[in-house]
Amino acid sequence: MLTRQERSPIVPEEETTTKYEIVVNEDWCKGCGFCYTFCPREVLEKSTTFNSKGYYPPEATNIDRCVGCGLCEAICPDFAIHVEEKKTKTTTKRGRK
Amino acid sequence: MTTTPKTITEGEHPILDYIRRDRLPHIFCSACGIGTVLNAFANALRSLNYDIDRLVVISGIGCTGRASGYFAADGYHTTHGRAIAFASGVKVANPDLNPVVISGDGDLFAIGGNHFIHAARRNVDMLVLCINNFNYGMTGGQMGPTTPDSAITVTSPDGNIEHPFNLVSVAAASGAVFVARWTALHARRLTKSIEKALQKKGFKFIEVISPCPTLYDRYNRHGSGLDVMKKYRELSVIRNFTDPMKAEIDYRTRIVCGEFVDTEKPEFTDLLAKQAETLQQR
Amino acid sequence: MQKAVLTGEIFTQGDIAAAEGALAAGCRFFAGYPITPATEIAERMAYRLPRIGGRYIQMEDEIASCTAVVGASYSGVKSMTATSGPGVSLMNETIGLAVMTETPMVLVNVMRGGPSTGQPTEASQSDIMQAKWGSHGDYEIIALIPSSVQEMFDLTIKAFNLSEQFRVPTFVLADEIIGHMRERLVIPPEDEIKIVNRKKPTVPPEEYLPFKADADLVPPMATFGEGYHFYATGLTHDERGYPVMDDAAQLALVPRLCDKIRKNVDKITEAELTETEDAEVLVVAYGGEARTAMRAVKDARAKGMKIGLFRPITVWPFPKEQLKIAASNAQHVLVAELNYGQLVGEVERVIRHEIPVHLIPRVCGSPHSPDELMKEIRRRID
Repeated sequence: MLTRQERSPIVPEEETTTKYEIVVNEDWCKGCGFCYTFCPREVLEKSTTFNSKGYYPPEATNIDRCVGCGLCEAICPDFAIHVEEKKTKTTTKRGRK
Repeated sequence: MTTTPKTITEGEHPILDYIRRDRLPHIFCSACGIGTVLNAFANALRSLNYDIDRLVVISGIGCTGRASGYFAADGYHTTHGRAIAFASGVKVANPDLNPVVISGDGDLFAIGGNHFIHAARRNVDMLVLCINNFNYGMTGGQMGPTTPDSAITVTSPDGNIEHPFNLVSVAAASGAVFVARWTALHARRLTKSIEKALQKKGFKFIEVISPCPTLYDRYNRHGSGLDVMKKYRELSVIRNFTDPMKAEIDYRTRIVCGEFVDTEKPEFTDLLAKQAETLQQR
Repeated sequence: MQKAVLTGEIFTQGDIAAAEGALAAGCRFFAGYPITPATEIAERMAYRLPRIGGRYIQMEDEIASCTAVVGASYSGVKSMTATSGPGVSLMNETIGLAVMTETPMVLVNVMRGGPSTGQPTEASQSDIMQAKWGSHGDYEIIALIPSSVQEMFDLTIKAFNLSEQFRVPTFVLADEIIGHMRERLVIPPEDEIKIVNRKKPTVPPEEYLPFKADADLVPPMATFGEGYHFYATGLTHDERGYPVMDDAAQLALVPRLCDKIRKNVDKITEAELTETEDAEVLVVAYGGEARTAMRAVKDARAKGMKIGLFRPITVWPFPKEQLKIAASNAQHVLVAELNYGQLVGEVERVIRHEIPVHLIPRVCGSPHSPDELMKEIRRRID
């Protein structure tokens, strides 16, 4: 049980929401398919268009599902994909009534 | 026809500070695992904020032999099999340097096998990353010291009859203080093992099983590099601290991965320094 | 702490003198593998190096030894190995690498009889051509041949200086006679010993091109750990050190690797000319055999024969201008060597059939006596 003094007051707080963006370097991609095959959240898909070498790079068709685990970035043999974190701050009301 | 994928933005890949950008894209085939290991190594350097000025990346000959040329650190590409002997010279001559050898199974265990066992025996401080793709890739897919029983290569066209080395077992028996095995699929576990090994003193060995979709896996009808990676997912089991002798690699049953050895032993250049200090005081 | 330079006079062996010469030249790393008749150099280095702040390592074979020396040199430490012919046969792989990556390093070959295991404890001079042509591809190295214990010391220092100046592996080609002979060695004071160190880059790391040569055809050398972040490879490479597989890259690299030696021959070569000015008979001999030849020449002179001795001290590159001078009045040139004919070919190339060139070979593990040599000379010129 919280004591009276420890109870938090009802004040507005800033809340950070994190979104992710997938960056693909199309020129370096060799279309191995590791990223979209092993993505645990099925964020990525094979692109329908090919790059200058004829490889099909990945496409982040379900970016909202991305939790930023970074597996695609770690497993890519060509340093052609990485995840960027985009933090946005919003003011919300929090606390106990 | 080419178009720009919708997802492109201006951001930079975080490991590029550790890579010679003017050499990208690299020479490795599509779906070859060597690139993934280079990625893991660069990631380990990044997460440790590793002192690049003291790093020397050394490799021998072959596909993986080209690895040393891609890092924005001092690098040296030796003759076939000699990377570990070179690294021993570097470490003994200047113990402030940290040599890392990245090379292939044929380079390190056939032509360079003697250097491997003796550097491990002496416990010279270095990390050896062996990318094992079960064949000689650069020369066109010949059999080598890790080619499995009955596998087809261009120099074992009727099936390999030689008994292969189990590399983690060789490393452990030779005296390595850290021994691990992962596949290219285990990119993040591999990164963690590299981080651990880089912070440890002595002879450290990590084997990484990698697809060779152009040669070995094609001759043996394993499908694409992606199919091979899927197979790794199906076959690999993680058994940390299992007896390296029992850590089998069998493409029909299972691939045992994990960190098998993590021990302490006096390191060679430390012992040399200690002995020299005593002698100089006389 | 022991002194690196043991200034003074000592009675010692050629092998020991080579080790002391290396230390005096600044060598602080030795990697080796036991082999007769060069082992005493490793033994001396194993004893001396840790006591003066250097490092000795005994490797698993000669390939590893030579490769470790290249690694040590690239780590900024003057480095050496010592072996005999069979060891050089293994090291030749790495000698090519050292040539290609322009590595300053010294190899002492105390020559014994071959082929193969041959005569481990006997004298020979049969690795003269191996030193020049042992590794594959077009290249030039430097090789010096001592004729005394003192020269084992002096020429080892000179070998270090030349290898540092030209960034090229440099041989001290001793024969077993000189390696195991004991005589007086004078080690000068440290400040009287001339030391040459490799050129260092003068540009910041971002502007440094590791294989871009200066006007002398030698590139400045950064070493590992200095922040230059350079790459070196045994593959054909451009000025950045990156592998390049086109015609232009090979053409830009290989001729320069040869020319940095060929165009500096006058700065490298050394020879000793004894009584050659009016010599009608010119004896060419080197190493242990030159000592026999010197006695034979002096004895014959005393009897009125117009005979002289040409002793190449630098054998690669061959001191051809000095030989032309020595042979200017000669009617016969006789090459006495402890092999079945090696340097005689080089002498013939210089003399060009203008006067007869005779070979006096000896393949038995010991040098001629002066009388025997004189008989051999007489038999060919009379």
